[in-house]
Amino acid sequence: MPETIAFLEPKPSVLARRHQIVEDLTDILPPGCLISEKRGLVPFETDAFIAYRQVPLAVALPETTAQVAAVLKYCSRYGIPVVPRGAGTSLSGGAIPQSDAVVIGLSKMSGILDIDFANRTATVQAGVTNINISEAVSADGFFYAPDPSSQLACTIGGNIGMNSGGAHCLKYGVTTNNLLGVKMVLFDGTVIELGGKALDAPGYDLLGLVCGSEGQLGIVTEATVRLLAKPEGSRPVLFGFMSSEEAGACVAEVIGSGIIPVAIEFMDKPAIGICEAFAQAGYPMDVEALLIVEVEGSEAEMEAMLASIIEIARRHGVATIRESQSAAQAALIWKGRKSAFGATGRIADYICMDGTVPLSQLSHVLKKTAEIIDGYGLRVANVFHAGDGNMHPLILYNINDPEDAARAEAAGNDILKLCVDAGGCLTGEHGVGIEKRDLMLHQFTQVDLNQQMAARAAFDPQWIMNPSKVFPLEGRPAA
Amino acid sequence: MNYEPTSEMEAADMIRQAAGTGMPLAISGGGTRSGFGNRVRADRALSTRKLSGIVSYNPAEMTMSAKAGTPMAEIEAALAGNRQMLAFEPMDYRGVMGTSGEPTIGGVFAANVSGPRRITAGAARDHLLGIRFINGAGEAIKSGGRVMKNVTGLDLVKLLCGSHGTLGLLTEVTFKVLPLPPAAATIVAFGLDDAQAAAAMAHALAMPVEVSGAAHLTESVRYRFVGSSHPEGAATVLRLEGLPASVAVRAEKLKAAFAQVAPATVLDHEATEKLWRDIRDVKPYADGTQKPLWRVSVAPMAGHQLVAALRLQTGVDAFYDWQGGLVWLRMEADAEAEMLRRFIKGIGGGHATLVRASDAVRAVTPAFEPEPAPVAALSARLKEKFDPKGIFNPGKMG
Ligand SMILES: Cc1cc2nc3c(=O)[nH]c(=O)nc-3n(C[C@H](O)[C@H](O)[C@H](O)COP(=O)(O)OP(=O)(O)OC[C@H]3O[C@@H](n4cnc5c(N)ncnc54)[C@H](O)[C@@H]3O)c2cc1C
Repeated sequence: MPETIAFLEPKPSVLARRHQIVEDLTDILPPGCLISEKRGLVPFETDAFIAYRQVPLAVALPETTAQVAAVLKYCSRYGIPVVPRGAGTSLSGGAIPQSDAVVIGLSKMSGILDIDFANRTATVQAGVTNINISEAVSADGFFYAPDPSSQLACTIGGNIGMNSGGAHCLKYGVTTNNLLGVKMVLFDGTVIELGGKALDAPGYDLLGLVCGSEGQLGIVTEATVRLLAKPEGSRPVLFGFMSSEEAGACVAEVIGSGIIPVAIEFMDKPAIGICEAFAQAGYPMDVEALLIVEVEGSEAEMEAMLASIIEIARRHGVATIRESQSAAQAALIWKGRKSAFGATGRIADYICMDGTVPLSQLSHVLKKTAEIIDGYGLRVANVFHAGDGNMHPLILYNINDPEDAARAEAAGNDILKLCVDAGGCLTGEHGVGIEKRDLMLHQFTQVDLNQQMAARAAFDPQWIMNPSKVFPLEGRPAA
Repeated sequence: MNYEPTSEMEAADMIRQAAGTGMPLAISGGGTRSGFGNRVRADRALSTRKLSGIVSYNPAEMTMSAKAGTPMAEIEAALAGNRQMLAFEPMDYRGVMGTSGEPTIGGVFAANVSGPRRITAGAARDHLLGIRFINGAGEAIKSGGRVMKNVTGLDLVKLLCGSHGTLGLLTEVTFKVLPLPPAAATIVAFGLDDAQAAAAMAHALAMPVEVSGAAHLTESVRYRFVGSSHPEGAATVLRLEGLPASVAVRAEKLKAAFAQVAPATVLDHEATEKLWRDIRDVKPYADGTQKPLWRVSVAPMAGHQLVAALRLQTGVDAFYDWQGGLVWLRMEADAEAEMLRRFIKGIGGGHATLVRASDAVRAVTPAFEPEPAPVAALSARLKEKFDPKGIFNPGKMG
């Protein structure tokens, strides 16, 4: 395991009271809701950023908001760090615990509480999976728009924690644009409700601040999200190009033309190979870059939009165009794309970068990324949300070779700095977590970060909520 | 003497000075809302009037950066030149407020002003990508950026948007813009009562036709919007936008669905633009009076229940935007704040903002919905973290 990213020093006062804490939490929670023996804790030692691991002190799996509040009240009283956890699919280490922390997992709170088609809202518990919401409303012609590729596993609480996006966010926005309200528990056990079924809330936009706060402002236990009417039809089309530059320029022109497809996804040659081997989606193998462009609407609308997009693609020298001929084929095309990370994981260990860049910089950043990777003697597969400039270079390496791991981490840092320098940001949807924490000063000044930390302290003055994440360990306010 | 900084640095200096002596500042852009919100107790005004100008505009990337004091007219002209727009349709308050002056882009975001398209395109806050602001200690802070997807650090952009100048002085805003729809049409159904209209709008929004505006213009206001050449009664209006062929197909579908419940007609592109501008700007209540005007935000299906309950108790005129979830309420006499807010709780929650009233009424009526105690405490702690000396717009949101 690489050693470059530090966690906060565990608090000796907490570690020393371990037995007492476990005993007390056992009393607070119903039977079967506390894990404290080593074997049971191991599954919680990391998330999908597997390069780092820390076994927590205990894992609480509450069944109600009141139980979440009781655990938080107890932890704040004794200054015990708390790490909220959904499904643990974070790619930035956001859900990795620390040895003196109590993990509060929301997995037992996975109920759908209210579906209201007339108001187009669903109210769910935080531990419900993303896909469950869409499945619950699909038969009635609705869906929940943000669709992270991890949607079979990831929870709405984790989506709110990271302000997650997905392939279809180009048109529908990310989590924050589709979230209407939350019930949440603050560090000291206070339960508050923000927003609701109305489209806007009074006072400061606390909901907007909470979304994407990476478990640092409190624990979300319920969420009210916006439902949308499903489009009449949708159709993904594959566009193969002989160079990444052409594909990048095509994306920029499609967006600039005023057509907004639902999704524009990009894959380079290594990614195409990996995904095709896994999903047999019919991706063209003889091209350097592939775009999946999805349009939706009625048959006539899709035809009209596709005609314009095809015309633009031709201007950029498109080599192959493949329209999906059936729903099954469309599903396969998406299966290939959505399993990109998993399929990559079968051939190598990888870390996934998440910088976002202005569209005009796509080609430049892709080229520079290749140079950086070459410089470290590594391999990379690029698969990402091109329509909004959200890049995902997957850096392949061997986790059991410490030198290789260190090189991958260094290459990743260089790529993220490149994104910031190109006018973009460190993370478009995966969050800062621990992974990008120490790069924050590349994007922000200390004064900028101080203001963010001050806002954080308004919610959690004790800094017990997921404290090792997001903000560089140096430069924090004195406790 | 008022402060009119000409640069971010100058603004920071002025604010630092004011903080040093604890001198309260009234923050304004164009001052077009001067009657709105609670009365600000400040010694001096700080206007962004001279912090003006578009900093960068890249139509192909669909983003614009502008200094906070840039007049809306300048922004809108630049966008129109490239057939683009602010998709959240910020309203012009000059009509209802009876003010003149030039609204600024900073004021629009500081007040999170959003119009009819909010139901599908999102609010102002959903389009704001990045900000620069000066906090109450006189420090220049940046948050967000100029890319569409960005989750780097806490989202102070959302927090500042809608904070009405109480957390910081916005000096520069970067926001998303969208192409103007090449075609638009409005389906109008006549004669539905408020409850029927709510059901009809919900039905329309459940259809795969991408409605981009849904309003119900009650009988008392309907003629201010839709002429008498059409059938009588209230008008329920649904807007469609997009490519011409697509709008035509969708309009047919929607009209067919509506024709089953009420006489329906279709308005063309030009009539559609005018209608929705009038709805956005609350035309019937731009009446030159000081009758109390409320902006109420509730669940879409609850709006008509609220109005029905109020009508039994007091003289009130109302119409609905946002599928019924945004209610514009004009009280004929008293503001009835207490009753209104109690009824809102009774129908499942939401909030009411007093947009306009006489000075006497404003002096005794909290303009913003009071928050539950734990949330109010949180907001107060946040205010303290951004403006420790309490110099920005004291009293405005309190
Ligand atoms: C194969 C794969 C594909 C992915 N694809 C995408 C993608 O397309 N788009 C995308 O955006 N992300 C993607 N991700 C990343 C990840 O799935 C998202 O960040 C997801 O939202 C995390 O949800 P989770 O339930 O697993 O949360 P966790 O990983 O458990 O937690 C994520 C963060 O949220 C906090 N948190 C969790 N629950 C709560 C709560 N109830 N209250 C407060 N804070 C909470 C945690 O403390 C942590 O900081 C992918 C991950 C994998 C492994």
